[in-house]
Amino acid sequence: MALFASFTAAQNQVNMSPGVTEIGADIFELHMLIMWICVVIGVAVFAVMFYSIYAHRKSRGHEASQFHESTKVEIAWTVVPFLILIAMAVPATSTLLEVYDNDEAELDVLITGHQWKWKYEYLDETGENISFFSNLTTPQEEIYNTETKGDHYLLEVDEPLVIPTNTKVRFLITANDVIHSWWVPELAVKRDAIPGFINEAWTRVPQEGIYRGQCTELCGAYHGFMPVVVHAVSPDEFQAWQAAKRGAAQAESQLALQTLSADELMAQGKTVYETACVACHGAQGEGGIGNAIAGSSVVMGDLSQHMAIVAKGVAGTAMQAFDAQLNDVELAAVLTYQRNAFGNNTGDIVQPGDVTGMNNG
Amino acid sequence: MGDHHHGPATGVTRWLFTTNHKDIGTMYLWFSFAMFLLGGFFAMVIRAELFQPGMQLVEPAFFNQMTTLHGLVMVFGAIMPSFVGLANWLIPMMIGAPDMALPRMNNWSFWILPPAFLMLASTLFMEGGAPAFGWTFYAPLSTTYAPPSVTFFIFAIHILGVSSIMGSINIIATVMNMRAPGMTYMKMPMFVWTWLITAFLLVAVMPVLAGAVTMMLMDIHFGTSFFSAAGGGDPVLFQHIFWFFGHPEVYIIILPAFGVVSQIIPAFSRKPLFGYASMVYATASIAFLSFVVWAHHMYTVGMPVAGELFFMYATMLIAVPTGVKVFNWISTMWRGSLSFETPMLFSIGFLVLFTLGGFTGLMLSIAPADFQYHDTYFVVAHFHYVMVAGAVFSMTAAVYYWLPKWCGRMYSESMGKIHFWISFIGFNITFFPQHFVGLAGMPRRIPDYALQFADFNMMSSIGAFIYGASQLLFLYNVIATIVSGERVSDEKVWDGAEGLEWTVPTPAPYHTFEEPPLVSKPAGTF
Repeated sequence: MALFASFTAAQNQVNMSPGVTEIGADIFELHMLIMWICVVIGVAVFAVMFYSIYAHRKSRGHEASQFHESTKVEIAWTVVPFLILIAMAVPATSTLLEVYDNDEAELDVLITGHQWKWKYEYLDETGENISFFSNLTTPQEEIYNTETKGDHYLLEVDEPLVIPTNTKVRFLITANDVIHSWWVPELAVKRDAIPGFINEAWTRVPQEGIYRGQCTELCGAYHGFMPVVVHAVSPDEFQAWQAAKRGAAQAESQLALQTLSADELMAQGKTVYETACVACHGAQGEGGIGNAIAGSSVVMGDLSQHMAIVAKGVAGTAMQAFDAQLNDVELAAVLTYQRNAFGNNTGDIVQPGDVTGMNNG
Repeated sequence: MGDHHHGPATGVTRWLFTTNHKDIGTMYLWFSFAMFLLGGFFAMVIRAELFQPGMQLVEPAFFNQMTTLHGLVMVFGAIMPSFVGLANWLIPMMIGAPDMALPRMNNWSFWILPPAFLMLASTLFMEGGAPAFGWTFYAPLSTTYAPPSVTFFIFAIHILGVSSIMGSINIIATVMNMRAPGMTYMKMPMFVWTWLITAFLLVAVMPVLAGAVTMMLMDIHFGTSFFSAAGGGDPVLFQHIFWFFGHPEVYIIILPAFGVVSQIIPAFSRKPLFGYASMVYATASIAFLSFVVWAHHMYTVGMPVAGELFFMYATMLIAVPTGVKVFNWISTMWRGSLSFETPMLFSIGFLVLFTLGGFTGLMLSIAPADFQYHDTYFVVAHFHYVMVAGAVFSMTAAVYYWLPKWCGRMYSESMGKIHFWISFIGFNITFFPQHFVGLAGMPRRIPDYALQFADFNMMSSIGAFIYGASQLLFLYNVIATIVSGERVSDEKVWDGAEGLEWTVPTPAPYHTFEEPPLVSKPAGTF
């Protein structure tokens, strides 16, 4: 009973959220309408049944009648439900048509599902697309219960999708490997991300805020660990954010031309490893879904082979092509890190220039 | 067979070589109960891991193997064979036939099942682990990205399909050819009707499933690209094929359950089934509609809006015949003379909880609302209300109802009632809160979840342990009945029971109706 007493309405949401968008509110109303119709029918039907259970029991000496059909009643309970269904179909149809109205979007975002992270790419007419990956940031220590879980446990990412408020944003949704599904309950948007095909969805968010969701199509071992986080900001703030992203991208490409120190590479490599590699290869490089990194003959062997596997992936396995996900600096850093961490100690230093040469060659 | 004798053979050969419908029915029933316990064990692992947020007992990859095997074992190993077992025992006795029409095939369709499930279970011990792509095995997770054990999974599915098709052909042949004189179609008991329609569904869709897994096999091993866009295929094609099988499949599971409660409710209401003819037509309508609603499982794949509308309207229509059935059952009870033995309790439990599952099914049919429900725990709650409280409750009712006829001994009524109440309460504690977490946004098939779902998940796990434990009580009650239950010898074990199976001696002898009975009364009249 103490368990039940600890329940509070705030902690334990029992119903769908109406969300923040117009469509979300429409869907919520539709959901409530159908639910109440079902409740009314259910109460009526079960009232009849329970009355019969109470009044027509043998132990009360009730004698059984022998009637077993009535054409009038049977026609009535076929026709009336049919009419109720038509009444439900009308609002359902109009809401569905609204959901499918993808025209006249002011901003297009390409969303690509990867095992197990989302990639967001802002499509720009000038061709200067902003693109980045959005990884889970909940530490392994919280997942494996050695540290207290934070407020947004499993629903927090390093880089959220940022969209402007009061703007019709169109999402073009696809996937790189298996089928994923992009869902944000408060925006009432859920679309499957299907490799080789592009689906459309849209939203117009009226108020600023942070909206959280998850992948909703089983996509492999870490399906439960690829959240969606959307920041809705004012259009001005959005412009500023875009400019900052473009500036940062330029700085990155400058950095790729430089020679970095071993310490810099190791430090950045550790960060990259812990977002991109750790899920499959383990926090200590011990392996898991993927092979072990510690003591691996690939990692400690020929650099070009190691680089090729990290950059291009291994077909038919969960090992992805990371050249699409990491820039040259990050690739160089993570290669350096893998070749020197976990007791591998090869002493090899990989510079961004080496990776660039590799990818072009 | 040189000597002509009527008793069963002795020893293990009785079971290996038997062509007797009662022996085969018994084997199906025990096999399915063993699978029910195995699938239930997998469910307990799932609920134990979900007891609290964070990873405690198993790794995410193994968790996915558990959800996959739980679904496959329950659908193909527990529920389907249990109803085939019931059909074997009852259909010949209900239509006045001496046995099934194709007894040797009957033996074969049972005996290929255990090896198939042995193979499926053995994948747990293979390198890369068991299939981990969900019981719906969507490509390309089940093809390009599958563990090597997927090939064994495909072979197991093929064998199950062969078994089901043979079983169905047998039922169709039996019902069409072996009815006793005077047993016209419209005099057949509802259970026979629902199984006849189910058998046609099975023959129609099991080959489609076989086609789907064969295409997977080709994609995995022979370089085809049915389900890979890179080679000109389409991953969504897999879903269309799977659900063209999968939706009729859920009716394959539920229609015999409808048949069972249509036998039991009249018996304990001491009143004929209300609207027999409309029950037959409603069953046939549901079966027909089941072929044109498959894509309601796929509202989020990005179908054209016209497709969404078609599948939404067609799906909503199913509510009409399903409603007719519920109204008929309640009208059967109305002004009857009701008593509440264990089979009746489970049937009423079925009626209430299945109707709840029907309501959530109607909600799920509404395409725009489904965008919020799809692949959440709301769906998990929905299909467990129709599969567990629907199929499993009705199967349990059937065992309590016919067990005295099968073994000539009465089960313990008080233990049966305790089993019902623990099951009923445990079931609802498990699955009712799942509606809430689903609506609040918890996706299905995740091994770990955000903190706001914690309380309801803990409740759900506690309920699952209660429900799981109650099945051991059921097992005990059945064994105790067979070994040392009080003997019954009345042909009609239940005073309100109607039908030919209650005209043979109790316990039912090894061979019944070697001489066909003459049927004059319509089914279900007194």
